[in-house]
Amino acid sequence: MAELLSVERLRSGYAEAVVLDNVSLSLDEGEALAVLGRNGAGKTTLIASLLGLTTWHAGTVRLAGHDITRLASKRRARAGIGWVPQERSIFRSLSVEENLTAIQRPGPWSVPRVFELFPRLSERRQHLGDQLSGGEQQMLAIARALVLNPRLILFDEPLEGLAPLIVEEVLSILRRLLREERLSAIVVEQKARQVLAVTDRAIILDRGAVVHEGPSATLLEDPQLLAAKLGVGDRAK
Amino acid sequence: MAADWVRRIAVNHREWVFWIVAIALPLLFPGKLLLINEIAILALFALSLDLLLGYAGIISLGHAAFFGVGAYAAGLLAKHGLAEPLVGLLLSAAAAAVLGFLTSFLVLRGSDLTRLMVTMGIGLMLLELANRFDTITGGADGLQGVVMAPLLGLFAFDLAGRTACAYSMAILLVLFLLARRLVRSPFGLSLRAVKANRLRAVSVGVPADTRLVTIYTIAAAYAGAAGALLAQTTQFVSLDVLDFHRSADVLLVLVLGGSGYLYGGLIGAAIFKVMQDWLAAQTPQYWQFWIGLLLVVIVLAGRERVAVAIRRRWTALTRRFAGEPTP
Repeated sequence: MAELLSVERLRSGYAEAVVLDNVSLSLDEGEALAVLGRNGAGKTTLIASLLGLTTWHAGTVRLAGHDITRLASKRRARAGIGWVPQERSIFRSLSVEENLTAIQRPGPWSVPRVFELFPRLSERRQHLGDQLSGGEQQMLAIARALVLNPRLILFDEPLEGLAPLIVEEVLSILRRLLREERLSAIVVEQKARQVLAVTDRAIILDRGAVVHEGPSATLLEDPQLLAAKLGVGDRAK
Repeated sequence: MAADWVRRIAVNHREWVFWIVAIALPLLFPGKLLLINEIAILALFALSLDLLLGYAGIISLGHAAFFGVGAYAAGLLAKHGLAEPLVGLLLSAAAAAVLGFLTSFLVLRGSDLTRLMVTMGIGLMLLELANRFDTITGGADGLQGVVMAPLLGLFAFDLAGRTACAYSMAILLVLFLLARRLVRSPFGLSLRAVKANRLRAVSVGVPADTRLVTIYTIAAAYAGAAGALLAQTTQFVSLDVLDFHRSADVLLVLVLGGSGYLYGGLIGAAIFKVMQDWLAAQTPQYWQFWIGLLLVVIVLAGRERVAVAIRRRWTALTRRFAGEPTP
């Protein structure tokens, strides 16, 4: 598999404050990477840095061989980075269908195709964004990232704040996208075990640095190792 | 799918009724053709502002700049030999679009207040330029010698306003349908996304700046077409086309009719012009007082409440017209 994303010695944060220090990672085409860590470890800052929303201090970010380190955030979506934000950020004054139609770009993921993937959204296609439940909003956020037809999708805590049944539904969608469709993705998540089950590799961040990198299966099969690396036993379950 | 189909048909019924009524107006009120012509022109002007304000969230107090450029372009073209109305209209809209494109970059930055000041400043500058270059524009005396050729080589512009009214209504209908198609396209939806939350739209891949420049240019072309219609149908252009009150009036029209659904500009223009016509006949000196009072009442009562009441009655009326059962 060709390398899609390469982050080398990235040092970034907010203004003078440095959050990520010397972070390196890589992602191949069709690979899914889990990013785990405690609260404040720098997971969301990593996503924000890949989106160009943080202050860059040092290091390089390459997407499909192109240096995007200093690319303006408004150009990163066009460069091929899709984003499923933690707070979903759907357009509440637009209907489900309009949310998708507004940003769709040519590619394999069309609006009808994402409606096949999300039958619930198809049923509610005429409903406004503010009439959707939390789970439906999460599905819409994922669907919206798909119709952009990006090369890489960044999922920022996609299971956060969802009811257990909805978590299972979103997980099955993630499994299909990452395992069957082989989308290239980075998934930041607190629910470690659930996200490890649908990703190929994982990194663990602690205080802005990568403290572990390896196959997801290794961490999944060794709960003690996972708990030790995360430093919080409960979170690993 | 069936529900979608029914929904679309229902919307179409309402629109059909609206346009049948609009087209029937000249036949029902043959003595008011000049007033209907003015309503159609103001409606087109308001439609252009609705594209900006209602769909892109760009507020403007200088929209008369494009209206005026369109009017002067049409007048000057006719005066200097290009008297064919449709070609003149297209060229005038293009001239306004060029100005719109060039000035669009100024309104990309800043907040609503900045945009108000910038757009108003552009309008005032153009007014002063038109006044200063009176050898071209006629200055305070207005542009004299504008004589239009018959429309399509067949229909001369008459004093009663028959040709003018039909011409303006036809152009309004065509440009309305284009605007309707535009706002329902992915382009139009992405504009609404930008209006809802620009940063969010940019972060999910909407090229907000390009969208805003494009809609500003298109809206300028629409305003230019409205100005050209006024110049062609009245065969006269004065500095009034660039005056600040024209920008304020069209904003008032949108407040009256509501923005963000295209028909607001049309309905607001009809209310504004009919009230102006009626009040001016009742109290020639104080008609603006009553317009102002209406505006205050609408703002205090909440236009949404008034609009909902009107919409309910309108839906009931169109359902009855279409033979559908009323709930």
